[in-house]
Amino acid sequence: MVFLEAKNVVKQYAKHLALDHVNIQVPENTIFGLLGPNGAGKTTLIRIINQITGPDSGEILLNGHKLNPSDIRRIGYLPEERGLYKKMKVGEQALYLARLKDLSRYDALKRLKYWFEKFEIQPWWDKKVEELSKGMQQKIQFVVTVLHEPELLIFDEPFSGFDPINANLLKNEILELKKKGATILFSTHNMGSVEELCDHITLINKSKIILHGPIEQIRHDYKEHLIKLDFNGDIDVLSEKLATPFKIRETQAVNQHTSAFIEMGQGGSVNQLLSSVINDVEIISLNEVLPNMNDIFIRVVQQSNQ
Amino acid sequence: MNKTALIIQREYLTRIRKKSFIIMSILGPLLFAAMFVLPAWFASFEDTTEKNIAVIDYTQKYTGVIEDTEYLKFQWLGISEEKAVKEDYQTKGYDAYIIITDDLQKQPDAVKIYSEAQITIDVKGHIARNLEDFLEQERLESYRIDGLQEIINHINDVNVQVATIKLGEDGSQKESSVEFTMLAAIVFAMLIYFFVIMYGTQVMRGVVEEKTNRIIEVIVSSVKPFQLMMGKIIGIVLVALTQFLIWVVFTFIIITGIKTMVSTTGSTMVDQSNQIETIQSMSETEVSGKTAEFAAQFNEMIENAMGLDLVGTLLAFVFFFIGGYLLYAGLFAAVGAAIDNETESQQFVMPVMMPLILSIYIAMAAFRNPGGDLAFWFSMIPFTSPIVMMARIPFQIPVWEIILSMVILSASFVFTTWFAGRIYRTGILMYGKKVSYKELWKWFRYSGK
Repeated sequence: MVFLEAKNVVKQYAKHLALDHVNIQVPENTIFGLLGPNGAGKTTLIRIINQITGPDSGEILLNGHKLNPSDIRRIGYLPEERGLYKKMKVGEQALYLARLKDLSRYDALKRLKYWFEKFEIQPWWDKKVEELSKGMQQKIQFVVTVLHEPELLIFDEPFSGFDPINANLLKNEILELKKKGATILFSTHNMGSVEELCDHITLINKSKIILHGPIEQIRHDYKEHLIKLDFNGDIDVLSEKLATPFKIRETQAVNQHTSAFIEMGQGGSVNQLLSSVINDVEIISLNEVLPNMNDIFIRVVQQSNQ
Repeated sequence: MNKTALIIQREYLTRIRKKSFIIMSILGPLLFAAMFVLPAWFASFEDTTEKNIAVIDYTQKYTGVIEDTEYLKFQWLGISEEKAVKEDYQTKGYDAYIIITDDLQKQPDAVKIYSEAQITIDVKGHIARNLEDFLEQERLESYRIDGLQEIINHINDVNVQVATIKLGEDGSQKESSVEFTMLAAIVFAMLIYFFVIMYGTQVMRGVVEEKTNRIIEVIVSSVKPFQLMMGKIIGIVLVALTQFLIWVVFTFIIITGIKTMVSTTGSTMVDQSNQIETIQSMSETEVSGKTAEFAAQFNEMIENAMGLDLVGTLLAFVFFFIGGYLLYAGLFAAVGAAIDNETESQQFVMPVMMPLILSIYIAMAAFRNPGGDLAFWFSMIPFTSPIVMMARIPFQIPVWEIILSMVILSASFVFTTWFAGRIYRTGILMYGKKVSYKELWKWFRYSGK
């Protein structure tokens, strides 16, 4: 079921068209990657979903109904440009931000206690924010984002500013939130984390959507029919035996064996490949290489820019 | 709890807990109390060390003409002693010496005073006055008019004292001092000026802080930008009013304290009507004349203050402060939204401040001529009215003028807040952009959706 939907959203800033008839569909309880180069319009779309700004035309549907101001409490937003009041005490500030999301003082305190214990940051409750390390501030920011238990979470570059340990902690928390039933919209340039976390993606470039779908589907769609063959034996023998439609792109010596990346042209099949070399070299493993999101991103964006 | 109320609460609490607020709360009343105490204190202040001055008079005509006072003693020495005095007047116990070389009728500059320490104006004035009186007398006598002394005495009897009486609405009369009314006018006008600038820039700083901290986007995902702006503006005006209230209460306490202290030291409650007699009787009973003098001056200041409609003036002050502040606060917020850090504020702050600075100049003119055209028109124009009107109000101007000015001001701040809100809304989410006025106008025109 679609939980969040953008329909034909258009946003124009003076002479710059930020979003050009953008449609997205975020299925319920999935992690949805919103990708695109800088200035593509991601932040504008996210701001529209958060009702910070409004679309010129088109609409946003949340759970099937048109987005309205009372939906604010159903959304948790961690912006890319994020920060806290430096001079304010951590606990007081977390409480303030929680109450701006309509939590009662009592509930907010109870939940803050839980999260502060979980992240082991209770000793910081009465410290001023400026005394905290950046990673510590990010943790507090994360807590404040999820505290009101929103159904929809929006993370804009959540990993920037985190060290690997905290980034891992955050990743696990995001997966945990999904397990608890939240729908997560996730915008990042870190393609590694996209592959790890996302179920669906949408790629925006120059205000338009140029690619969207389930991530596995996309990786299959963009596969180059590249086979990775690990074997023991003479590389020259291998290349001799391989005729059209096969072509060795690259070989690497790995420990005791060799890895060959073999392009499989029209009409080729894995079986055919195997049968042509199986008598001459010792095969250790064979698998098809799927393109990573980084490559797909670069390819698709460059194509659309031409 | 309503979100705007939450924001107001935060803005208010974080500010009144600041050290600067507490310091201002203490300093303010001390300054106001000083306004009452210092003039009275200076007036009572005199040089009380006794000074001996030797006088050598070649003409021998002026012996005894310069009278001794409580602190000034004159010794009239013979011409023969001139050399000794000139050489060594200090070891002989003199602080200065005067030499009169010629008849002063013919040679008015024939009197000179010598000393190592600077002679005060008071001493010089005393000497000149005594000599002048004597010379006047001498010239009058040279006309040989019969009964001259009676005529002179009769002339000296003339003594007009103009008391300024302000008529109240109910025909009641209050004695007031023009000087004090002017002082009150200046103080109130300046206070509005400082309050509007001080708290207006606090709004701007608050907005810039939220931008540079990057907390703004977190907050506007929970509340509308306009709510945030209004919450900030209202929170800060409450801080200002709290400060003002503390000032009024403390000033009142300090002044009452001084009043009682002075009265008990003087051992007599100084009653306004027989003030002079009391002072005389006090000096007769050898109560320190200084305290008595101070008490009299101080009581006069208080009495003058009471001559103003203090409560009415304070209420008008509060209204014009709030009105003026609201008029400018939105603009300051818009400026804060347009810039990334305070150092960039200059180009946008200047146009906002210009009318305020202009107001002060107009106010200076207004308290000289509070009923004039200039004062009237600028106390109607909303950008200058809070300051100029406060400069006029102590002079009891017609009530309809005050009300009209209030109405115009109220309508105007609604407009400027709306105007500023539109710029603010867009500006707070813009980073790293060099903003021009054209850009601001574009922001203003963005659709409200």
